[in-house]
Amino acid sequence: MARIEDQFSPAIAATGAGRLPRGGIDAAFRIAARYLAIVLLLIAWEAFARSGKVTPFMLPPFSAVVARIHTDAVAGHLWLDLGLTVYRALAGFFIAACGGIALGAAMSRMASIRWFFDPIISVGFPMPKIAFLPIIILWLGVYDVSKISMVVFDAIFPVVTATIAGLAAVDKELIWSARNMGAGERELTWQVALPAALPQILTGLQVALPIALIVEIVVEMAMGGYGLGGATMSASRFADSRGVFAGIVEIAIVGYALIRAMSFIRRRLLVWHDEAEERA
Amino acid sequence: MTRTIIRYLPLLMLALAWEAAPRLGLVSALALPPLSHVAVAWVDLVRDGELVDNGLTSIYRGTAGLLLAVVIGGGLGVAMASWRRLDLFLKPLVEVFYPLPKSALIPATALWLGLGDGSKILLILLGCMIPVTIGAYNGARGSDHALIWSARSMGANRARMLWDVFMPSALPELLNGIRTALALSFILLVSSELISAQRGFGYLIGYLGDTGSYEGMVAVVLTVAVLGFAADRLYQRLMQWLLRWRE
Repeated sequence: MARIEDQFSPAIAATGAGRLPRGGIDAAFRIAARYLAIVLLLIAWEAFARSGKVTPFMLPPFSAVVARIHTDAVAGHLWLDLGLTVYRALAGFFIAACGGIALGAAMSRMASIRWFFDPIISVGFPMPKIAFLPIIILWLGVYDVSKISMVVFDAIFPVVTATIAGLAAVDKELIWSARNMGAGERELTWQVALPAALPQILTGLQVALPIALIVEIVVEMAMGGYGLGGATMSASRFADSRGVFAGIVEIAIVGYALIRAMSFIRRRLLVWHDEAEERA
Repeated sequence: MTRTIIRYLPLLMLALAWEAAPRLGLVSALALPPLSHVAVAWVDLVRDGELVDNGLTSIYRGTAGLLLAVVIGGGLGVAMASWRRLDLFLKPLVEVFYPLPKSALIPATALWLGLGDGSKILLILLGCMIPVTIGAYNGARGSDHALIWSARSMGANRARMLWDVFMPSALPELLNGIRTALALSFILLVSSELISAQRGFGYLIGYLGDTGSYEGMVAVVLTVAVLGFAADRLYQRLMQWLLRWRE
């Protein structure tokens, strides 16, 4: 489904390289430009909010939002909300990752399993599964189990399809030679096929992670309770706009940190792969 | 024909299991109303116009938001790819907003524009813009330099370049970005309507659930799911048609 930031940056690096000398000064300039743009955006936010063109209710100044985040952090409920959101999003993501890889591998190995799940996956993937939320609430209630289930339900599809595509693209000669050298089925799966398919599987996981975060925030908003999404929504219900914008900033930071961490993990796991050399 | 049946047999089996489980008392009919009851409820909802009214509202919101996202996001991506200064300034912002879980914006758009169409359209615009921008940007940046140089040396002006050189080479990536945006638009539309709205599919699902008519609720959920699936398949067809000159 998604092409991601991780494919976004190499494309920039690759196309930019032809035109510019890639010296230290240029790199420093890029980094400066990156932070400058963000700082300018925040200054523009502050100035616009104070200009009197909008009410503080519509857009509270950035400084007021930061002050609000600080109070929440000191009072402690920021950490509770943050912890619960990250816990549920990651728990769902890990279950979807393990389940998705297992299902994808099983579907590539066994024709009967592929026959049964293939139409379900291909029909289910493009469906907006979030619409099933009230049914999940009806079945599982409004606590962690139903929130995590919803995340798994949404995030598993890209993992399954990426695993199948990755395993299908594994070099046949690799499999033959491993088999020739006496690798058993189990070794073949764990030591040859899955590592060879890893880049694509990781791409699938990188698609699944933002989905897991989006869904986690939505289910918290819909079901209430603790969590960053729930806190932001209840701030909105009480017309507490500082709380709303504090929530958005907090959620943005969590999203940014987790997605950065994921691309870091990708680089570490694929040090052996050609992809790593292309980047260097 | 038989191949199609064999291929989709598992879905049919699931549908039969769904019908049988509540009838045989394996699960409560309240938790899982039999599929036939859901079908009856669906017909009722269509007859009394509720499904159509709310559906048209949702489709209007989704289409408007997505079109705006494609025009603004695509334009931004191409502009970033064409002007280096704009690129230096905007790329960091795109990279910061890309990982934002877009659903976080639901309360903000509700705060700004209330519960009606405007807040949903703005949400979809903001949420779906970035994948389109990235697609257009990557596509336009990836245009073959030899192609650009030869077009330029043959005297193509900027507008012609944009249309004849950038567009075709940016198209595959752009279309992929729009596909991501299409899927996102459904997610954002339905979730914002579930959370805060007075009309639309999501509202209807929540309303029917709250009043305990679970057959109707499931019928609307399935309608939305089928629409999302159909939209993606139609879009894939469109993509193939637009890219038919490749190969």
